[in-house]
Amino acid sequence: MTSTLRVDPIACVGHGLCADLLPELIELDEWGYPIITGSVPPGLAAHARRAVNACPALALRLSRTTQQLTTR
Amino acid sequence: MMQADRDDARIPRPSQLHRLTAGWQLLNRPATLDEHVRRFGPLPPQHGRRGRRDLLDQVAAAGLTGRGGAGFPTGTKLRAVADRRGPAVLVANGMESEPASEKDQALLARAPHLVLDGIALAAAAVGASEAHLCLARTRDWQQDGVLAALAERQAAGLGAVPVSVHDLPHHYVSSEETSLVHWLNGGEARPTFTPPRPFERGVRKRPTLIDNVETLAHVALIARYGAGWFRESGAAGASGTMLTTVTGAVDQPGVYEVENGSRVGDILALAGLQGGSAAVLIGGYFGAWHDIEAVSRLPLTAAGLRPAGGSPGAGVLIALPAEACGLAEAARILRYLAGQSAQQCGPCVFGLPAIADDLGQLAAARPDGDPLARLQRRFGAISGRGACRHPDGAVRMAASALRTFAADAHAHSRGRLCPGARRGHQHTAALPVPRPFAEGVWR
Repeated sequence: MTSTLRVDPIACVGHGLCADLLPELIELDEWGYPIITGSVPPGLAAHARRAVNACPALALRLSRTTQQLTTR
Repeated sequence: MMQADRDDARIPRPSQLHRLTAGWQLLNRPATLDEHVRRFGPLPPQHGRRGRRDLLDQVAAAGLTGRGGAGFPTGTKLRAVADRRGPAVLVANGMESEPASEKDQALLARAPHLVLDGIALAAAAVGASEAHLCLARTRDWQQDGVLAALAERQAAGLGAVPVSVHDLPHHYVSSEETSLVHWLNGGEARPTFTPPRPFERGVRKRPTLIDNVETLAHVALIARYGAGWFRESGAAGASGTMLTTVTGAVDQPGVYEVENGSRVGDILALAGLQGGSAAVLIGGYFGAWHDIEAVSRLPLTAAGLRPAGGSPGAGVLIALPAEACGLAEAARILRYLAGQSAQQCGPCVFGLPAIADDLGQLAAARPDGDPLARLQRRFGAISGRGACRHPDGAVRMAASALRTFAADAHAHSRGRLCPGARRGHQHTAALPVPRPFAEGVWR
């Protein structure tokens, strides 16, 4: 079971807190919007949840998936 | 009235090539309900659950795919909605927001009853209790024509499922499925971030079938003549006919019905491709540029164009005039697409103007730094990051321009204009870009 982070691109306004809290999995593009670079390994699950909870726009979501999703 | 030689049992089936367009040459106006019935026969009865299931099976067996651009199997879509519980809703998409495409407008202007038949049949097949036809607000003549046709049907006692005609704000992204649903639910005609998909929970939270108007017109013919007849035209994996819009450097621009799977070169020849045209934009402003030589033998199908990085989209072919600069045309289209963003997602709001600037510098051969390298980097940072496919389409068009006009791009990036641009044709606007619909009006 892996977890995947997803950004709601309409809700996201580019605060960038998520990339501060989870630089291992989130980087910002040149305009300050997050790019998810991979699925969440078990060791980072707690950090991922913290990043989700910290998003002021409620734009970051964590979902559990049974199979590996390809990230874009 | 002309009912001299009327004999319903002997109505000939439409030819293999002129199906949707049967009779268009003779009649420069919408076919009346009488004329329509004489041409195609009456609307087949939709008796009971069995009749409805039968149409679902026929459409699936016919191999009909969506003609709005995505090319999804229509039978699968119909069944997904039919299998949901509770009354469904049907939405007919006649927005045709692709600026170069004219086929849906032509279809509604010449054969409105074919579309309305398709709406009635598909609605019955999926168990929809209401239907909505979505049109662009800028084309008021369309609404008049469709409303007149609906009045004819009402007078004739057709119309088990009520059809509402709507005029939506005419932005590029307003024809997106989720935009239609959002607008019909009282919101703005802008894409939303799915899920749920409309077939699960769409208009008023009901299972919602959304189909392009040409797709529905094909359904009307499949219901009459069957899946076997439908497959008599077209190629394996690409059955039936399709409407295409051919424009640009051709002698007779217009809408052509062709067998699905026809070669790109044959379709261009049909419209009289002008000598010297070396590139074609396939799929419209959301499509991809190609070297004509490289694609002329390929079929205009998703599978046929995939190796060349293209897709038929809504069947638009635009031949680049010999004297034009492809980079300048691509830059103008990209600027237009950037302006047509729904202004919702950061990578689209900021990314598209950024690459439009880059490509603009390249087209003008006034590079600031290295626009080519910037473009390649930014393409990767924009694609796939919007709620809808708008940024992806814009990136695909721009990236294909750099591939197809690679030599010109190289020259322009060093401050040297290509021959087309040198002739001063970069501002002749070979490919028209529409004036934007009232900015910020989404309701």
